[in-house]
Amino acid sequence: MDDALVRAGRALRLVVLIVLAVLFLIPFYLLVRNGLSSEQDITSPEWTLFPSELHWDNVRELFEDPSVPFARSLLDSALIAVATTAGTVLLASLAGYGLARIPYRHADTVFYAVLGTLMVPAAVTFVPSFVLVSTLGWISTLRGLIVPTLFSAFACFVFRQYFLGFPRELEDAAQVDGLGPWRTYWRIVVPNARPVFAAVGTIVFIGAWNAFLWPLVIGQDQSAWTVQVALSSFTTAQVVRLHELFLAAAVSILPLLLVFLCFQRWIVAGVERSGID
Amino acid sequence: MSARTVEAPSTAAPAAAKPGPGERAVHRRRALWFWVFVGPFAAGLALFTYVPLLWSVWLSFFDAHNTVTPTHFVGLDNYTAMLSDAAFRDSLLTFALFTAFIVPATYVLSLALALMVNRVRRLRAFFRSVFFLPAACSYVVAALIWKMSIFNGVRFGLANTVLDLFGAEPVAWLSTTDPPWYWLVVVTVRLWLQAGFYMILFLAGLQRIDPVLYEAAAVDGARPGWQVLRHITLPQLRATSVAVVLLLVINAFQAFDEFYNLLSDARGYPPYARPPLVYLYYTALGQGQNLGLGSAGAVILALIIGVVTVGQARWFGLGRRNADG
Repeated sequence: MDDALVRAGRALRLVVLIVLAVLFLIPFYLLVRNGLSSEQDITSPEWTLFPSELHWDNVRELFEDPSVPFARSLLDSALIAVATTAGTVLLASLAGYGLARIPYRHADTVFYAVLGTLMVPAAVTFVPSFVLVSTLGWISTLRGLIVPTLFSAFACFVFRQYFLGFPRELEDAAQVDGLGPWRTYWRIVVPNARPVFAAVGTIVFIGAWNAFLWPLVIGQDQSAWTVQVALSSFTTAQVVRLHELFLAAAVSILPLLLVFLCFQRWIVAGVERSGID
Repeated sequence: MSARTVEAPSTAAPAAAKPGPGERAVHRRRALWFWVFVGPFAAGLALFTYVPLLWSVWLSFFDAHNTVTPTHFVGLDNYTAMLSDAAFRDSLLTFALFTAFIVPATYVLSLALALMVNRVRRLRAFFRSVFFLPAACSYVVAALIWKMSIFNGVRFGLANTVLDLFGAEPVAWLSTTDPPWYWLVVVTVRLWLQAGFYMILFLAGLQRIDPVLYEAAAVDGARPGWQVLRHITLPQLRATSVAVVLLLVINAFQAFDEFYNLLSDARGYPPYARPPLVYLYYTALGQGQNLGLGSAGAVILALIIGVVTVGQARWFGLGRRNADG
């Protein structure tokens, strides 16, 4: 009888999980369903799970619509996300290595100065940052969208923690071979620390692609809209072409879903590293 | 390794008195290498975080309409204006309410997901991926789905379609404050986006629990289920729970994207449901660009979040020796 109870519990758990999984997937389904529907199918009072017909020509309409700079903002977002990821990982990993491994007198002071900025999240300081960037004349430029976001205290912290636990023997061997710190770093440390680079890189990439507040503040001209800002302004516009909007949103998350599915174990590793340490 | 440990004590004693010229050169070389590695990052962090912060503190004492180099010193006027502004206090209230909804909701859902996914035998990787997948979605896209499809105020909205099945009238989810249905929309969108992320944190915490503890509990006659959860799993997850709650509160404080995209339309943003960052956005960058007032607001918010973070860490006794799981 106890056995039956356990089995019933197990079955119940599976059922609950399946129901929740369906609920979690519905929003994704709606994106695709509405993106490939005609306007009538979306707004019809008789809502149906499947649209009466799939309109693949919506895709061409989206990219050829001159009133919507979608293709351009998609390219800009890709450029920004790649540049932000490369820059952040490069700068933060070097700094994290220096802080973890080079016994310099004031290293602790520098480390606490980095740590201190984690207490005040960037989102809260968007007003002062905006002031600085506008003084530099970087409003509505790619520079303004990329450069101020490259110095991530969080990424630096993760790299430092990782390098603290990096086996010293490898570096010692490199030193014996006559390699200086710079070449030791590039030839020995980086190739052996790929997991942390992958983890931080994917998390930074996702954050950069999905960022909204900073691109909204900086991208004041339509010519400097990232894909998120473009989608947002279509959502809040007077006239909305729903199928186009949903399709654009679906296209915008496609690259991330691919990154997500391909790099999931690195992302999970990165999340685990970032949460508790 | 062995060579150095043998060598160290003999050289350390005489060198302690006065650094010789060779040692000073070593120090200088270390300093140089340190700055080669850390310098670019530190310089950028100083320029793009510390400079704006200090500048902002300076601006907050000036009348800075549309200018970043003001000349009219106003003392604490911006601060008193900010604190006596009912809209600013409302924004703090909105944050408090939002936190009261989203933190327990996310905590319970993500912990429940983690517990179930951890125990399930079949399709474990599938379930984990599905629940984690929304974390790839941006708040903009999620808000779009919620606003235009699920919680669309017109008949064809999914929620209203479901209500219609039960014969209920359609609800204007986002454009009514009586009752304030927008809270349901705002909370569920964030719940969907972040539950999987925190589930991953809890799963990692669960993996670290020593299985011996469960065996001991079974020997002691603890019934699997509630008793084990209460006396073994939850206490063992303490460090993870503290981190999760801290992150949830900090993230709730920074809520902007979903509020902005759900509630604003072609007519602008409604006067209600403005969390601190939304309020700040319209005060500092809206009409008039009152950067002095906006800076004062940013300083106040930065102080609040600093105090909240430190206070929470103290409250949970973070850093206590046995807090690490």
